[in-house]
Amino acid sequence: MLKKIIQQIKATMGVYESRADGVYGLLAEYSNPGTLIDAARKVHAAGFRHFDTHTPFPIHGMDRAMGLGQSKVGYITLIGGLCGLGLATWLQWWTSAVDYPLNISGKPFFAIEPSIPIMFELTVLLSALFAVGGMFLLNGLPRPYNPLFYSRAFTRASDDAFFLHIAASDKNFDLEETESMLREAGATAVEVIHDHGYSELHKA
Amino acid sequence: MASSTDKTVTLPAGADPPLVTGNLGFHDITQLVSYHTEKRPPSAWYMAIAVSSTLLCILLIMIAYLVWNGIGVWGNNNPVGWGWPIVNFVFWVGIGHAGTLISAILFLFRQKWRTAINRSAEAMTLFAVICALLFPTIHVGRIWVIYWTLPIPNQMEMWPQFKSPLLWDVFAVSVYFIVSLIFWYVGLVPDLATLRDRARNALRRRVTGFFALGWTGANRHWRNYEKTYLLLAALATPLVLSVHSVVSFDFAISIIPGWHTTIFPPYFVAGAIFSGFAMVMTLLILARKIYGIQNIITMDHLEKMAIIILLTGTMVGFAYITEFFIAWYSQVEYEQYAFLNRATGPYAWAYWTMMSCNLLFPQFFWIKRLRRSIPFLFITSIVVNIGMWFERFVITVISLHRDFLPSSWDYFNPTIVDVLTLAGSFGLFLTLFLIFLRYLPMVAIAEVKMVLPESDPHFYHKDESEEH
Repeated sequence: MLKKIIQQIKATMGVYESRADGVYGLLAEYSNPGTLIDAARKVHAAGFRHFDTHTPFPIHGMDRAMGLGQSKVGYITLIGGLCGLGLATWLQWWTSAVDYPLNISGKPFFAIEPSIPIMFELTVLLSALFAVGGMFLLNGLPRPYNPLFYSRAFTRASDDAFFLHIAASDKNFDLEETESMLREAGATAVEVIHDHGYSELHKA
Repeated sequence: MASSTDKTVTLPAGADPPLVTGNLGFHDITQLVSYHTEKRPPSAWYMAIAVSSTLLCILLIMIAYLVWNGIGVWGNNNPVGWGWPIVNFVFWVGIGHAGTLISAILFLFRQKWRTAINRSAEAMTLFAVICALLFPTIHVGRIWVIYWTLPIPNQMEMWPQFKSPLLWDVFAVSVYFIVSLIFWYVGLVPDLATLRDRARNALRRRVTGFFALGWTGANRHWRNYEKTYLLLAALATPLVLSVHSVVSFDFAISIIPGWHTTIFPPYFVAGAIFSGFAMVMTLLILARKIYGIQNIITMDHLEKMAIIILLTGTMVGFAYITEFFIAWYSQVEYEQYAFLNRATGPYAWAYWTMMSCNLLFPQFFWIKRLRRSIPFLFITSIVVNIGMWFERFVITVISLHRDFLPSSWDYFNPTIVDVLTLAGSFGLFLTLFLIFLRYLPMVAIAEVKMVLPESDPHFYHKDESEEH
């Protein structure tokens, strides 16, 4: 049960289990962002959920095509900001009014007005740290090992190539049928990715 | 939203000219930018780093000399207790404003032209802030207890004074540095993945792979990434405006005539953006030429920067004049004297240098031909930074050299250590920038690809209308 939940959480990060025979998934290459977004739409309509597109830059409209909702980073950032604000308020009040009060020209030991700069700075600092930390957490990064790296063609995903990957862990996954579906959607090449350190290229 | 089927480009008629010229494709951009980190650097790079690292060594020697002897080696003395070190601090922190302005504020305003210059401007920001942090750190004299400025429990059971603007400054500049650093790093991750995937030797693949964190360009990741980038931009926007405001509080919260004014925060922020853009321009005019990326950092980009310099320079000049008006209007004798003394006193040469460099010189940018002339842009960018250094000199030194007690009045003279430390800080700045140019992509590759029309799926869906 717990294992299932962990697997599901990992799947939202794009980290999938490989099949018992070591097949990790199918990697299909498309010629441009236009055909890729159409293919993603078809794959989503066919009921696949464990799939992702890999592109050198974010593609406008892909979240909707893949059926993904809003990113949760905003909530994490809000928590960070509130923590920062709370920390700054507590720090300034406790150090200057409780732990070591110093009377300077009869000014109050703690007041909101002179505390605002530090409150602002720590709010921004913790929001930013939480935003970036939350982003990496939700993305399952850093991820030094990824079976997709076995594909030679995949190095171009950060250059000028557009890939769609369907993981073998998806309940609809079938090696032959899924491959022909990807080809029908316009794939120029399809590779079977194995978790054991190699990939088989099936040219169109 | 019906569009005719024969229309190949979705850009509407009368749209802006393309941001990337020369018909570059996705791979061309990757190649053009990454290539420079992979090949041997041009000989100009070696010459530049030889000069800058020499200056850096001078800086290190000067710091050692200073720490050994104490800050009496500088020209700081009564009544001018804040001499060049604070001038240099404010100068560098001001330069460090352009990067985050470009990456955050222009991002929120959807200014797509920023993509060509944001990476190098952000790098420049970080290095300028490092130089800025250096000066107050060594200015405290006893550098080994600099941690007293941070709220760290210590044997004296004392805490920093949170009501002091000097402490706000510690927080403001440090937070600015950290947030700029992570903003810059987040932007770098996809490009480091590009370098990793292009790497031909194992060491390079490992180092870039380590910092790329296993990035694969997955859309699930881009989704969170873009949201984070937007949030960071929204957080950095008030931050960038606040940093120089807080720096100006160092002056404005005090009761010195010429410092104690409410115009300081906006006036400092405008000046910071002004000098920062000038420094970006100086560096990029050279870098785009030496690295042959004129198609990515185009003449249009330089012209847009020139317009921002014109705008902010005029704002700064307006602030100079407003200060005079307010000094007269306030009817405060000391305030009036402080400003008359600025323009006509012993430091009039500094004042008029500042006025001509910052207010008058950028006015030439009203002329389009001069905005598009590389030599003129280069000269102006340097003149502006000279002017901005003098602005901080004028503010810091002129207000202090006339104390409330005329018997303390004195003329400030820098020492050779002052001069060499300032020169050395340029060495630190340029060395870091040159190392950046050598090892990291100086243009945000993924972001520049996004501004190509080919990156939009609609570019390929000519007859589709339901997607709008």
